[in-house]
Amino acid sequence: MGLLTSLKSSISRATTSLFAGSEPKRIGIYGPPNAGKTTLANRIARDWTGDAVGPESHVPHETRRARRKENVEIKRNGKSVTIDVVDTPGVTTKVDYKEFLEHDIEKEDAVRRSREATEGVAEAMHWLREDVDGVIYVLDSAEDPFTQVNTMLIGIIESQNLPVLIFANKIDLEDSNVQRIANAFPQHETVPLSALEGENMDEVYDKIAEYFG
Amino acid sequence: MPGITTDDDGESGGSQTGNPSDGTASDDGGIQIDMISAERMDGMRTMEKIRLILDGVHDGNIVILEQGLSPEEESKLIEVTMSEINPDGFTGIEIETYPGKTNNDGGFFGRLIGNSETNKLTVIGPANRIETLHKDETLISTLVTRT
Repeated sequence: MGLLTSLKSSISRATTSLFAGSEPKRIGIYGPPNAGKTTLANRIARDWTGDAVGPESHVPHETRRARRKENVEIKRNGKSVTIDVVDTPGVTTKVDYKEFLEHDIEKEDAVRRSREATEGVAEAMHWLREDVDGVIYVLDSAEDPFTQVNTMLIGIIESQNLPVLIFANKIDLEDSNVQRIANAFPQHETVPLSALEGENMDEVYDKIAEYFG
Repeated sequence: MPGITTDDDGESGGSQTGNPSDGTASDDGGIQIDMISAERMDGMRTMEKIRLILDGVHDGNIVILEQGLSPEEESKLIEVTMSEINPDGFTGIEIETYPGKTNNDGGFFGRLIGNSETNKLTVIGPANRIETLHKDETLISTLVTRT
């Protein structure tokens, strides 16, 4: 009886280990528009696969569909962690096509972009509820983190019991204030970085391996 | 002076799941505020709550929930709001609650028994009529315009 139990336990551990090793974790990159999510996704993908995920832009809602870069193998301290990076559209509760007009975009194109942006936000919410195994939450460290979207999204992530890392991006900016983000979400670890300049990426990869490996 | 209507327990008119904005308070140029009690929301399904909120917001009303939405309901609210945005009219919602200190206080068990997230006053309005002036852990200050 004891032998049988021991055997079943061993098989179970082996099976778990097999699947854990073979199925990459899907890590969603979330945050408000213009936090630098795609810049980060591209930085990670380029560093470890040589390819980019998608185009970067200062125009809000440039990413209007979730994009996935599969099998990104990150090697840290002699171990390797394989993840699928899912770059998601910036989450918001409002989209007005007139905002795009301020970026010299014609009305017809602005209306199309706004429609795609709304679909993208809805898609991002759907991914968050059902299709990601962990979350990297990206914030612009030069902006006030006490926004409703941030409060709601962190709450939604916590309610899903997903592991989450908060990345305080854009530390290369003069107004960057990482401590303000750490104070806003003290229950989570905050990692400073500049995805654009590649600053502090070693710690970024250490934390990704630690949290999602 | 803005017109204010309240609906505290469903007894002041309308059905339990109906829209409290059936009145005409906003027709005279004022701003209608629907204050919805926790009791009224308690028996509703997620989509009933979302419809109650968004129908009011579509009418240009400010909706105040005595007890906020759960994270799952907030996620659905964002999703449904996005599906109803129209370039010629509705541009979305502005929503404010106090930052949730309770997020982790109850831990996993607290969330499991529904003890952590929803006990928070929530203000929701049309994005083109409500603007947050200031927000911190203890104060939400908003500017509401008529158009």
